[in-house]
Amino acid sequence: MKSLEELKAIRDRAKANVHLRKENAADNIRVVVGMATCGIAAGARPVLAAFTEEVAKRGLENVMVTQTGCIGLCQYEPIVEVYQPDGKVTTYVKMTPDKVDRIITEHLVNGKVVDEYTIGSVGNL
Amino acid sequence: MQELSLNVLDIAQNSVRAKASLVTITVAERSTDHFLEISIADNGCGMTPEQVARAMDPFFTTRTTRKVGLGISFFKLSAESTGGSFDIQSTLGVGTVTTARYHTDHIDMLPIGDMNATILSLISMNPQMDFVYQRSLDDNSFTLDTRELKAVLEDVPLNSPEVVQFIKETLEEGEAELTAQNT
Repeated sequence: MKSLEELKAIRDRAKANVHLRKENAADNIRVVVGMATCGIAAGARPVLAAFTEEVAKRGLENVMVTQTGCIGLCQYEPIVEVYQPDGKVTTYVKMTPDKVDRIITEHLVNGKVVDEYTIGSVGNL
Repeated sequence: MQELSLNVLDIAQNSVRAKASLVTITVAERSTDHFLEISIADNGCGMTPEQVARAMDPFFTTRTTRKVGLGISFFKLSAESTGGSFDIQSTLGVGTVTTARYHTDHIDMLPIGDMNATILSLISMNPQMDFVYQRSLDDNSFTLDTRELKAVLEDVPLNSPEVVQFIKETLEEGEAELTAQNT
C-alpha cells in the first residue's frame, strides 16, 4: 500500500517549491470541461483526465483545468472552453483525448487556436 | 451511460451542486449472490419529499436552462433493468443518499467500469470538498478518505499534480488488492 509517509514527502516538496500556482494571476488560462449528464455520457471524463494529466506533465503553471455544468449545446459534447487572459473564449466541440495534445501545444502553449476543432468549423449538426 | 462509474460521477455532481462538504461513495459487491450496491451519500442541501418524488421524472429539473434532467433517471434505469432497485432518501438541510442495487448476473447489467477515474476526477475538480470512497468485494474492503490526506498535506492543495498522482496510485493499488484477495 501507498503510505502516508510518501504523502508527507510530497507535501514537503510542494512546500519547498517556490513557483506556487497563483489561483487568480492575470496571465492564467482557464480550461473548462462540461461535466453535466450530457458531457459525461458523451465522453468528457477521459478528456478532463487528459487535460489535467498533460498540464501537470508539462508543468504549465498558468493553466487551470476546471469543470462546468451543461451549457445547452448537448449535441456538441464533450465541449471544452478555453478562456484566455485577454478575455478571448474558444469553444472546442466533440472533444476526444486524442485532440487534447494538439490543443495544449498549439493553443495553450503557443497561443494559436486549433480552428478545425472549434464549434465554428463543424457546421450545423 | 456506457458504464456505472459514469452514472456515479454524474450523480455526485448533484452533491457538488447541493453544496455538500462531504460525499461518501460506496460500491459493495457480493459475488456469491450476484449482488452489487452503489450508494452516494452527501451532506448537501437535501430535497423536500415532493422534490424527491419529482427527481425521478426525466422531465423535472431545478435548472432553469432546460426542461430535462436525465441524470437520476439514467441511474435508476441502470439498476431497475437488472431487476434491482433504486431509492433516494433525502432530508432538507441534512443531505441526500442515493442507492442503486443490481443483480449482476442479469443480461442487462452494465460493467462498473473505471470507478477510480470517477473518484479521481471528483477529488481533483473539487479539492475544497471531502470524499470517502469505500469499495468492497465480499469480505475485503478498501477505503480512501480525503480528510486523512488533508491532515497530512496541511495547506498543500489536494489537486496539486503530485498529490493527484499519489491518489491515483493509491486507488489502483487498492483495487488491485481487492481483486487479488478474492482469487
